[in-house]
Amino acid sequence: MIFNRLFSGDLPRSRVLLMVLVAILAGLLLTPFVFPGAKALNVAAKICIFIVLVASFDLLLGYTGIVSFAHTMFFGIGAYGVAIALTRLGPTWTAVAVGVGAAVLLSLVLSMVIGLFSLRVKAMFYAMITLAVATAFQTLASQLSEFTGGEDGLTFKVPELLSPAFSLSEQPFLGVSLDGRLIAFYLLLAITVALFLILLRIVNSPFGRVLQAIRENAFRAEALGYQTVVYRTWSNVLSAVFATLAGALLALWLRYNGPDTSLSFEIMIDILLMVVIGGMGTLYGSVIGATLFIIVQNYLQDLMRFASEGVSKVPFLRDLLHPDRWLLWLGILFVLSVYRFPTGIVGKLRSKARGYS
Amino acid sequence: MTFALETQDLTIRFGGHVAVNAVSCGFAPGTLTAIVGPNGAGKTTYFNLISGQLKASAGRVLLQGADISACSAPQRSHRGIGRAFQLTNLFPNLSVLENIRLAVQSRAGLGLNLWSVWSSHRELIARAEEVLEAVALTAKRDLAAAALPHGDQRKLEVGILMALEPDVFMFDEPTAGMSVDEVPVILDLIRALKARRDKTILLVEHKMDVVRELADRIIVLHNGALVAEGEPAEVIASPIVQEAYLGIEVAK
Repeated sequence: MIFNRLFSGDLPRSRVLLMVLVAILAGLLLTPFVFPGAKALNVAAKICIFIVLVASFDLLLGYTGIVSFAHTMFFGIGAYGVAIALTRLGPTWTAVAVGVGAAVLLSLVLSMVIGLFSLRVKAMFYAMITLAVATAFQTLASQLSEFTGGEDGLTFKVPELLSPAFSLSEQPFLGVSLDGRLIAFYLLLAITVALFLILLRIVNSPFGRVLQAIRENAFRAEALGYQTVVYRTWSNVLSAVFATLAGALLALWLRYNGPDTSLSFEIMIDILLMVVIGGMGTLYGSVIGATLFIIVQNYLQDLMRFASEGVSKVPFLRDLLHPDRWLLWLGILFVLSVYRFPTGIVGKLRSKARGYS
Repeated sequence: MTFALETQDLTIRFGGHVAVNAVSCGFAPGTLTAIVGPNGAGKTTYFNLISGQLKASAGRVLLQGADISACSAPQRSHRGIGRAFQLTNLFPNLSVLENIRLAVQSRAGLGLNLWSVWSSHRELIARAEEVLEAVALTAKRDLAAAALPHGDQRKLEVGILMALEPDVFMFDEPTAGMSVDEVPVILDLIRALKARRDKTILLVEHKMDVVRELADRIIVLHNGALVAEGEPAEVIASPIVQEAYLGIEVAK
């Protein structure tokens, strides 16, 4: 009962999916103790941030059927908000609050304006408009180097509680030192879970149901009395706000922000891939998609180095498995997964659980 | 007496073609008016102008005497004009129940509620189930709308309109393409609706026996213009209908 309420009545509805989700949560919870080293913790943190980012994009693409390329812009606004505030005001919680608040406000206004002005046009044109706005914003961010640090970005200090220098106790716990990084990680994980559950509530609300109706048949939704422009705009705004929060989390975690870490078009493509691989319009797909993608992105090279050394005597195979070729293999993996699971991994698991193959 | 619905010189032009030409007509509250005419006469376009899917080039639409010409389709829906479409127009990947529930939810004005869980609004689901029962689709409530056979999709289309509970019901060939044994379900619904005498019904229908039985009044559209109106018996007997409409039907 309590789970049903927490998950807004939208349970995984597939035993395999449930097990995978539990495994991911357990993996994230135990990362500091089970997988030693800074890299593992960074990967786990990135997974958390991208779960929020991809889930917020799914609200837009999967639930409302809006194609937008401006999602990284809102991600970037969140990251720059925190970065600029902490650089200017020093490493205090007030600065964090000011940065997040200002960023959310800017995203709110910007997404509402873009929405109201352009959600009346055809989907294709809307995608183009968002692309133009996002590109303009990216240029602006690198030009205003006075504020943003330009191409170099900004490196800053975070509040003491979250900084590596902070220590909860002298004694390590289960071999792990209880420092500010650990606190920052668990705080990040807790916020991720909370934001995900809030998004799950939104897509399962009466409002979320209208979004799906609009995705299915906007003309009919209008005839039923739903003003589609209003709903699409709200969907746009909510999605932007959650992306902004994800951006703020990213900056706090990295203690750095620059155009390549939060604004680049490559991230936009990654988000699209994660949504599609996980399964559009399921929200759980964002958890699976983000986790899978980021693990592959970070460890495929290592795996290939290992494999390449193993076949170092075989001339062609050795070159094919060379770590420098990892993007080729990443591409092949994604083509295969989209081909095998057109409804995404979650879509596939759920239809299997329902008894269709 | 104020008409429940009235059009004054309602006109729409597509380029040089006048699809609906200065149609002035009032619909008395509690009556059922059948709109007949050959294919391409402008019946569906006339409907689209009334329910707001198309904006008129000239003329006005009045609801209870109030000018709603400037209102959008959703606004007209909220003001009490409900519409079922000729070409089935559903939410294909949503369940049958959800198709109806969305109409109930719109009527309840809950669309912008984003903090409650949809399934906690049990009264909406209960009402949707009532409507499903009325259109004989209870057994198929969990199927995707797209998975229904054509006749059931037509029933669902009518069910969505019923769930909206508007003041003005607009049926656009509700029984088109239905098998003979499915037609009575829909006709019984319309009969029951008419018997209540508190709703105004507009019905586009080709089957003359249905029109003769159900209609209080008939209007005839031909090439976008209103060419005849009156009591069913007298309109059906008039030369213009015999020639313009029934002539074609007979020729088939």
